[in-house]
Amino acid sequence: MDIQTLTFIIVGLTFALYIGIAIWSRAGSTNDFYVASGGVHPVMNGMATAADWMSAASFISMAGIIAFAGYAGSVYLMGWTGGYVLLAMCLAPYLRKFGKFTVPDFIGDRYYSQTARTIAVLCAIIISFTYIAGQMRGVGVVFSRFLEVDIATGVYIGAAIVFFYTVLGGMKGITYTQVAQYVVLAFAYLVPAIFISIYMTGHILPQTGFGATIAEGVPGGGEYLLQRLDGLSEQLGLAAYTEGVRSKIDMFAITCALMVGTAGLPHVIVRFFTVPKVSDARLSAGWALVFISVVYLTAPSIAAFAKTNLINTVNGPDLQGVEYEAAPSWIKNWEKTGLISWEDKNDDGRMFYSGDARNEMTVDRDIMVLANPEIANLPAWVVALVAAGGVAAALSTSAGLLLVISTSVSHDLLKRTLTPNITDKQELFWARVAAAVAVTISTYFGIYPPGFVAQVVAFAFGLAAASFFPAIIMGIFHKRMNSAGAIAGMVVGIVFTLAYIIYFKFVNPTANIPDNWLFGISPEGIGTIGMIINFIVALIVHKMTGDAPQATQDLVESIRYPRGSGAATHH
Amino acid sequence: MAFKSEELAKAYWRENISLVLKLLVVWFVVSYGFGIILADVLNQITFFGFKLGFWFAQQGSIITFVVLIFVYVNRMAALDNKYEVHEE
Repeated sequence: MDIQTLTFIIVGLTFALYIGIAIWSRAGSTNDFYVASGGVHPVMNGMATAADWMSAASFISMAGIIAFAGYAGSVYLMGWTGGYVLLAMCLAPYLRKFGKFTVPDFIGDRYYSQTARTIAVLCAIIISFTYIAGQMRGVGVVFSRFLEVDIATGVYIGAAIVFFYTVLGGMKGITYTQVAQYVVLAFAYLVPAIFISIYMTGHILPQTGFGATIAEGVPGGGEYLLQRLDGLSEQLGLAAYTEGVRSKIDMFAITCALMVGTAGLPHVIVRFFTVPKVSDARLSAGWALVFISVVYLTAPSIAAFAKTNLINTVNGPDLQGVEYEAAPSWIKNWEKTGLISWEDKNDDGRMFYSGDARNEMTVDRDIMVLANPEIANLPAWVVALVAAGGVAAALSTSAGLLLVISTSVSHDLLKRTLTPNITDKQELFWARVAAAVAVTISTYFGIYPPGFVAQVVAFAFGLAAASFFPAIIMGIFHKRMNSAGAIAGMVVGIVFTLAYIIYFKFVNPTANIPDNWLFGISPEGIGTIGMIINFIVALIVHKMTGDAPQATQDLVESIRYPRGSGAATHH
Repeated sequence: MAFKSEELAKAYWRENISLVLKLLVVWFVVSYGFGIILADVLNQITFFGFKLGFWFAQQGSIITFVVLIFVYVNRMAALDNKYEVHEE
């Protein structure tokens, strides 16, 4: 059977599974739609959080970016895992004790202010939009490859599926579906990695194969894999794989923005409202990171294997270039999507990849994970499995994000602020309208992406770091912090960060070079500065406007210990 | 008020904060310290095929993060019990 037929079958089967679960546990009441009635076991919740968390950015894009950036790509590995430490220790247990549905609910109640709530809703919407825009590109890449259509058509098809999938079920459907999606995506990520690791190094575990010597019979046999990769990079005019090409301050800032952003992302935080107890909230964060690590410890191995294989198959073992006529089928398959291309600059009929003027290949970073099993000549069912995993990753996160957007609009904005008298049924209707609008806008950004999937997603983290994280942290650890301070901090933080990203990505993209950056910090890392500004502004405004009322301070006291936590309430 | 006295509430919070700060110091040193700031120095040391700084940035820090959270979960459970503010 050919790859395409197998992909249809495997993606079809996994889809039937998700939709089956979604229908089986279809959301009946608004309570179910939002938080699954607070009855989810920590291990299950951890697994669902992991699926929710690992999006197209983690599954499809991250290893590809690391493959090309080498050591500098570590910011994504550390950034997207280290945030769970903050989440477990500084946020999850307290927000669970507080017992509200959404982040804007917490901000609104803690800062006793309708304005604070509305600003938090707007921040949540901006963050989730940015995030989902990155996802659509990922979905598009998957669909364009296995349907063999161009990338735009792939995005349209993916967007339609994501939309119907989300409006079918709410959070409850999503929680159980996401457990299934985690299993599919972890399996799909590990299987090809194990195959490739055995072939290249003889190690069953890709995590250790990564640091091992290359097997005999493979180009460079006997040499350490990473050493060979450093050597190849040097010969081809690329930076050494294991050394820095990014300035330390930018590495620091991006890692920080991603970590802190993790702890401020509304669709991640909301997961910790769905566990029965405060102690379960702590444990859920731990389990989530365990399940995430399964993939994140494999990603750098995949990156190193993929890079080595790419060089071997394009440049040949002797580094003279492989004739295009004899190019392996994966190159021709991916050319149809427009995500890989070859330009014969020196008219020798041979392909050549390098970091200097000799380069003739344009390779989109986002295809590396999907193309990896093809590059390594793995069986067709493995290639199909990876496509299914990519779909699972993009679907699970998009669904979670769409839920945040629709909740923010229908629950926080309409029900709590603008039109308090709407019925449950109308609230659900508006939730679905909001999801439709979100899908439409993100489809546009899927076709005209402002960066690679993982980079666009990184912007969402920067925005979360600059807006929510300080407000929530001060809400818990600084009980005298008042509404004026929190509001001023959030507004200044998100406006500054958003303006910086828009300026360098849309207004003046040619200026987007390290010399022009503030303190040498790229748009991906600027959320760190946004966060610092947020804290400073909030503290200064608080100094000028006096303490929060005693009732609020008592409230903050009461979320600091676990006893007496009830189920999450709807007010 | 779940605590028997104001002092106990303060003591619980103090112990909580000091535990979290200790764990966050480890969190910072391993990722920002070993993985970024000191990476070039640590890269002089290799074990198996890994340069040490590179390894901390790509694998070591992640493993440490997992361990940190489970240490926190256990220590906090003990702290909740000591001050009798655990959930029934």
